[in-house]
Amino acid sequence: MFYREAGQFKSSYKEDQAIFPILQDRVGIAAILLFAYIAIPFVMSDYLIGAIMTPFLILALAAIGLNILTGYAGQISLGTGAFMAVGAFSAYKFATFSIMLGGAEATLPLVVTILLAGVVTAIVGIMFGIPSLRIKGFYLAVATLAAQFFIEWLLVKVGWFTNYSPSGVITAPPLVILGFEFNTPAEKYLFTLTFVAAMALLAKNLVRSHIGRGWMAIRDMDIAAEIIGFRPLQTKLSAFAVSSFFCGVAGALWAFVHLGTVEPEAFGINRSFAILFMVIIGGMGSILGSFIGAAFITLLPIFLNNVPPLIGWNIGVDMIAHLEFMIFGVLIIFFLIVEPHGLARLWTIGKEKLRSWPFPY
Amino acid sequence: MEDMMYELLFFLEVLFSGLLTGTLYSLVALGFVLIFKASGVFNFAQGAMMLFAALSLVGFQEMLGVHWTIAFVLTVALMVVVAWCIEKFVLGKLVNQEGIILFMATIGITFFLDGFGQTIWGSDIKTLDIGLPTGSIDLGGIFVDRLELVAGLTAAALVVSLAIFFNKTKIGRALRAVADDHQAAMSVGISLRTIWIIVWSVAGVVGLVAGIMWGSKLGVQFSLTLLALKALPVLMLGGFTSIPGAIIGGLIIGAGEKLAEIYIGPFVGGAIENWFAYMLAMAFLLVRPQGLFGEKIIERV
Amino acid sequence: MSLKKFVLGVVGAAVLAAPFTTAAPAMAEDTLYLPKLVYRTGPFAPGGIPTANGAADYWAMINERDGGVGGARVIHEECEFGYNTDRGVECYERTKGNHNGALIYQPYSTGVTYALADRTRTDKIPLMTMGYGRADAGIGTAFPWVFPLMTNYWGQGTGIMKYIAKQEGGLDSVKDKTIALVYLDIAYGKESLPIFRTMSEKFGFKLKEYPVTFPGIEQKATWLQVRRARPDYIVMWGWGAMNASAIKEAANIRFDMSKFIGNWWAGAEQDTIPAGAAAEGYKSATFANAGFDYPVIKDIMKHVYKGDADAASEKNIGQVLYNRSVLTQVFIHAGILKAQEKFGVKAINGEQLRWGLENIKMDAAMNEKMGIGGMGPEISPTCADHVGGGGFFIQQWKDGKFEVVSDVLTPMDDLVLPAMQEAADKYLKDKGLEPVSCN
Repeated sequence: MFYREAGQFKSSYKEDQAIFPILQDRVGIAAILLFAYIAIPFVMSDYLIGAIMTPFLILALAAIGLNILTGYAGQISLGTGAFMAVGAFSAYKFATFSIMLGGAEATLPLVVTILLAGVVTAIVGIMFGIPSLRIKGFYLAVATLAAQFFIEWLLVKVGWFTNYSPSGVITAPPLVILGFEFNTPAEKYLFTLTFVAAMALLAKNLVRSHIGRGWMAIRDMDIAAEIIGFRPLQTKLSAFAVSSFFCGVAGALWAFVHLGTVEPEAFGINRSFAILFMVIIGGMGSILGSFIGAAFITLLPIFLNNVPPLIGWNIGVDMIAHLEFMIFGVLIIFFLIVEPHGLARLWTIGKEKLRSWPFPY
Repeated sequence: MEDMMYELLFFLEVLFSGLLTGTLYSLVALGFVLIFKASGVFNFAQGAMMLFAALSLVGFQEMLGVHWTIAFVLTVALMVVVAWCIEKFVLGKLVNQEGIILFMATIGITFFLDGFGQTIWGSDIKTLDIGLPTGSIDLGGIFVDRLELVAGLTAAALVVSLAIFFNKTKIGRALRAVADDHQAAMSVGISLRTIWIIVWSVAGVVGLVAGIMWGSKLGVQFSLTLLALKALPVLMLGGFTSIPGAIIGGLIIGAGEKLAEIYIGPFVGGAIENWFAYMLAMAFLLVRPQGLFGEKIIERV
Repeated sequence: MSLKKFVLGVVGAAVLAAPFTTAAPAMAEDTLYLPKLVYRTGPFAPGGIPTANGAADYWAMINERDGGVGGARVIHEECEFGYNTDRGVECYERTKGNHNGALIYQPYSTGVTYALADRTRTDKIPLMTMGYGRADAGIGTAFPWVFPLMTNYWGQGTGIMKYIAKQEGGLDSVKDKTIALVYLDIAYGKESLPIFRTMSEKFGFKLKEYPVTFPGIEQKATWLQVRRARPDYIVMWGWGAMNASAIKEAANIRFDMSKFIGNWWAGAEQDTIPAGAAAEGYKSATFANAGFDYPVIKDIMKHVYKGDADAASEKNIGQVLYNRSVLTQVFIHAGILKAQEKFGVKAINGEQLRWGLENIKMDAAMNEKMGIGGMGPEISPTCADHVGGGGFFIQQWKDGKFEVVSDVLTPMDDLVLPAMQEAADKYLKDKGLEPVSCN
């Protein structure tokens, strides 16, 4: 009843091809965006905004990036952390690059810096995507670890990337756009949200385009896709490029908005794994799934960690952490058994149910 | 002349210790191969199983105050129980799922084992001493680590016994049948469940042996799980399905990364071992995408 | 049916949301809230457990013995982050507002220290990074909220050099020596490089650099190279699993262990015991001496463990990292006392504690009074100088315990201070910040 599209007629191709062709989806997305833009910054505490929502959104963006590569184009990658690092460090290089303009020092605008960082990451992504033309499946996943370790090593080794900082860390410049400084957690959150919302929409659009269909064809069977005319070279490498662009932007946001001062280890192998987990748990080939997966992987452990003290169970932090690990592991297995295709599939099923509910006949 | 002699000796020493380290990597990689071969699962939990086994061994020794052989037997029994649980509660429920889903399930197992192991045995560093030799022996200017020598011999013995197990026993033949074709194996009356439990148990025991070797070297601590990352290039190079591949892969990776670190490292700032191992494996893969000894991937439309 | 489900859903959502909300503070008595980020799990737990225990025991002892600090009870609360930077930041944000606001943070993690540098500045909470963190943070005008309070890594490097020089009979005699620097190849380990390069140029010794791939469990290649180079001394900048492995490898190449010197994160029982007999004679820096012969440790034994030595030793009492953590708490304690005295309130806030820490005078008499006489160096930080002098010792592993084998070693300030100032200026420029005034 709530989700019936009967009666919503499309009278032009344009309407038929809208991103959200169903009214309920449009209302839902608008409501979520309204909630995210207005309710959250006013209602939630600084802790929730600064320590939970902002990192969640950034990691969701990275998960969308990896989902494009793994979920849509079928190329498993464990180099996400490294691509985020490339984004962070190139954003830093662009931000500290200044030119003298008529005696005054001019730096690149912040948004341009972050987007350029994405472009650099895309180029790096293409380079490390080349082996995918020959190596497949888990072999490729392990091969992308080469990118992970190599890039991490390079960033530690070459002083130029950190402007020769003796500690090998980069310090993000203040977040200023047109003279307005994003300072409080809420402001930083809104900054992140705008980026993430815009890019998620972009991704949603991209995957239903010609390019996106090419990726899916390659994923489902690359030889067959090649026979019907998709060139593996362009298709696979474009997936690597777009995916890395997203990861690069996420990395830049992680460094500039979330942490402020970062060392390359912030983008280590564990980050790569965590983002892959998000994609699998959330649902491969689903933008919504990237958000759900990011929520599951980042929020659930924190939630589990918070429960025992709240219910007055005094067992020591180490015991809580161990319990958190165990329950988290069990929940991963539980959800895989319940729905192997990811949590996003649960929503799809729910939608089907809602369509006929409460009169199933 | 003397310098050249010295350099040559040094080269031999690097090569030899690289090969020995390689066998230590092979020990970790073996567990992956066994499971992948029999059940098609890329077992992310191998590192966690290794740590859990080593922790349990030390734990039993300390708790019961028994000789290490008894603790060893107890740990093997424990690993069989773990294998049974994994089959019963995880894999059994995920039959016929895609590889990546099974991979994710093993990640769940990893989290559980990490938490469970630390709950029972604590997170502190533990000394593992079962009387393995320490120090090095001097072979005419070449120092050889005694422990690594033992590890190399153990790895060789393990491979030989696994080879006999796979080729000569009834269970071994059943295992190979399952690896070739699940359906066909089931139709001739082989129980998939039993086979999986056996394979996971054997992988647990291999993990225990690897854990003992590395634990004697470093002390038993959480960092042992990170060794899984050292085993991945070995696995990739040797092929996911080949036991000899794991050994040969280990030797190539071990020797390759040491030689690279010492002869190329100084020119680029050093510490290149990690990525070099992966790059080396990738180079091999570009030639043979299924690894050196992997089964040829045949694609049909 | 549907209503029931709806109600259940709402209740469920409320239950799910509840743990994310912070508890309302109970206002009753004067309290001092000292949250502690700890890592009792994960790959660095062997080092995290003793540091966490030291802090927990110290404040338990203070509450038991003195009923708190200056009449205000201490609330010490741990938050587990598993050496994971994201979780550390989350812990910080979760705890900073509890119990009328956190007074100080001490993460014992380089990554978290970096990530909190900006946040503590905004929130006006001091960040104690005794013995770790960025080397330039000792410049109080650039980092008003960060307190390294002890010679930093660069200072430590120069101090170790002084020790080596002393062994060799003066700085002139190191001229033709070879020193191998074995370091963990991450930001932390790399921090040792600039100062050793500078010293190598200045004093004329030959420096050989050996990076060890993180996490350093496999170091064969490094030690083969060290063996070929035949250095006179080895200095190590290690952490975690790397240390024990390095000590074993050094023994394997039959290096004279008394010429193998670790920095103060590479010299604890957790590093030497797993290495077994190989560790005999190994040396390392330390700024808090191990052992039980200090009043503060005896008080912990008496008030917290009621004399139960077995229980206490299970909690690492008397070990290097434990005592180091206790020493850190003593400095915080002194800072609180100072601030209470100046501002005339029992429940001070973070800003007042900053003033307190900038004005403590930990001289011999004060150290004696606080029960740490002979355990650590004397320091007296100021607003501009967040290091406050200080020094450290060299300890040696003999017969299963660490013994101090040197006098107090102080940094070569003429080398260290300009480099610190330069790095701090660069930080201020990157951040677009003005230095704070200390007048």
